[in-house]
Amino acid sequence: MITVQGLTKRYSHTLAVDHISFEVQKGQIVGFLGPNGAGKTTTMRILTCFLPPSEGTATVAGFDVLEQPLEVKKRIGYLPETPPVYPEMEVGEYLTFVGKLKGMRGPSLASRVTEVTERCAVADVRNKLIGKLSKGYRQRVGLAQAIIHNPDVLILDEPTAGLDPKQINETRDLIRGLSPDHTILLSTHILPEVEQTCEQVLIINKGKLVATDSVHNLQNRARGAESVLLEVEGRNAAIDAQTIQHRLETVSGVSRVLFKETRSNRSIFEVESLKDRFIRGDLARAIVESGWNLNELRPAAMSLEEIFLQLTGAETTGEEKVADEPAPAEEVVQGEKQ
Amino acid sequence: MRNIWVICQKELHSYFVSPVAYLLLTMFAVIFGFFFWNSVGYFNAASLQAQMSGQAMPMSVNEYVIRPLLSNISVVGLFFIPMMTMRLFAEEKRTGTIELLATSPIRDTEIIIGKWLAAVILYAVLLLFTAINFSFLFRYGNPDWKPLAIGYLGLLLQAGGLLAIGTFISTLTRNQIIAGAATFGVCLMLWILEWVSGYETATWAKVLAYCSVITHFDSFSKGVLDTKDAVFYVSVIFLGLFLTTRSLESLRWRS
Repeated sequence: MITVQGLTKRYSHTLAVDHISFEVQKGQIVGFLGPNGAGKTTTMRILTCFLPPSEGTATVAGFDVLEQPLEVKKRIGYLPETPPVYPEMEVGEYLTFVGKLKGMRGPSLASRVTEVTERCAVADVRNKLIGKLSKGYRQRVGLAQAIIHNPDVLILDEPTAGLDPKQINETRDLIRGLSPDHTILLSTHILPEVEQTCEQVLIINKGKLVATDSVHNLQNRARGAESVLLEVEGRNAAIDAQTIQHRLETVSGVSRVLFKETRSNRSIFEVESLKDRFIRGDLARAIVESGWNLNELRPAAMSLEEIFLQLTGAETTGEEKVADEPAPAEEVVQGEKQ
Repeated sequence: MRNIWVICQKELHSYFVSPVAYLLLTMFAVIFGFFFWNSVGYFNAASLQAQMSGQAMPMSVNEYVIRPLLSNISVVGLFFIPMMTMRLFAEEKRTGTIELLATSPIRDTEIIIGKWLAAVILYAVLLLFTAINFSFLFRYGNPDWKPLAIGYLGLLLQAGGLLAIGTFISTLTRNQIIAGAATFGVCLMLWILEWVSGYETATWAKVLAYCSVITHFDSFSKGVLDTKDAVFYVSVIFLGLFLTTRSLESLRWRS
């Protein structure tokens, strides 16, 4: 439904989006994840024909954003970061206006306005001025305007920003409810949101696409099975690697032991646990009791949050971590794909 | 075409639900009312004097009341036009609603013409108020209506041109005050350019004077429909709207 090829956007001095390519299938909900200023909004603006790309192509429903913008616009519903509402209009008036902008007319428009006000839970404020509404209501009016013409593709820029937890849940339910008939690309920097709403994740940082994966895969790594990296020191690595692996496999709760490499007499393994089992203690005990040295034991799988932070440059440390150590980030991505 | 009307309706709605339209209309009605009252008073005094001195020279209401009043409207309009156009795009840019318009299946030209048309209609409503005053002249006097009609046409054309320029300026900034002030400056400039013709007869002075919007209104206020002047105003309208389309387009490529 959405195909992006080598998309690049250059502002006078900065590179906002740097050769990103991805595809979104029909009916999917895709989360577009990244820190502020990563290029999410720019990408979305290109997809909605608000900005032209500097390089590369983007097609929506088979129409190129540069060649046939009107056709693309007909098929897209867009909720920008700040809902594009007119404070001096009433909710109903506003939605009617947007419907007309999208080419709807007459009685079908009137019934559609009623439908979306109910669907987005703004029916009770239909005759109120948008300027007098709370942020949450405005956000939902913004969502209502995005879906008014029943577009094939929905592009939502931080749809839950500024909402309270209850509204966030309602909005997520609403978005999930839209998914069978709509292809949805939503951006956010809130991780649980992606876990709860999306099927596919695109992680973008500094204009580059750093990871693409299904939420399912990420979640598996994040919470289900625990994955541990072990460095065990034996007397003779060549012989011991086998023995150690067999020993580790017998530890209760272990589902899989992967031999990674040997360095002199030290062997490195990656051990995966069964779902919801905590194995680190047992592993350590088993190794020590067998007379080997346990040099290192660290969790290999990271929470979605950690993956995200690593991929996007670890905002928590305040350092340019990615620039210093690009390797771990790469490994994680590679590892996930295998 | 329908899209133009959708945009136009929305703009008119914005004018008339906010105090903007009412404020402009009230101010204009008061100011023009004052002009009208003065003009008629002066006419009365003059005609009385003419009678007393025994000069039986017929005095034309068209010549002594309607014509100067039309020129007055044209000048007062210069002050009102920035207030009508400053909002048009600056506000959309500030609040981000421009994203809604720009991502809807509707052409830039439709957005621009719709907005400009709304401003022209607001100006026409303003003129409607002057028609109330003028109707008294028809009730108690016997002026010719044709020069007045041509005068109105001239006013609409002139305002159309200035409103198009104002619309263009409004796309350049997200600050309404800046848009308004700049439009006012340009309007005023286009008005006073004509002054150079008062003392200078060189070609450059003629060109400058030709660019003045006031020069071209003379014929209309006399009730003469001069194609050359009409073409001038229509060209200004096209120029303004054309610049607006360019500006909107460049906005996308630059931002």
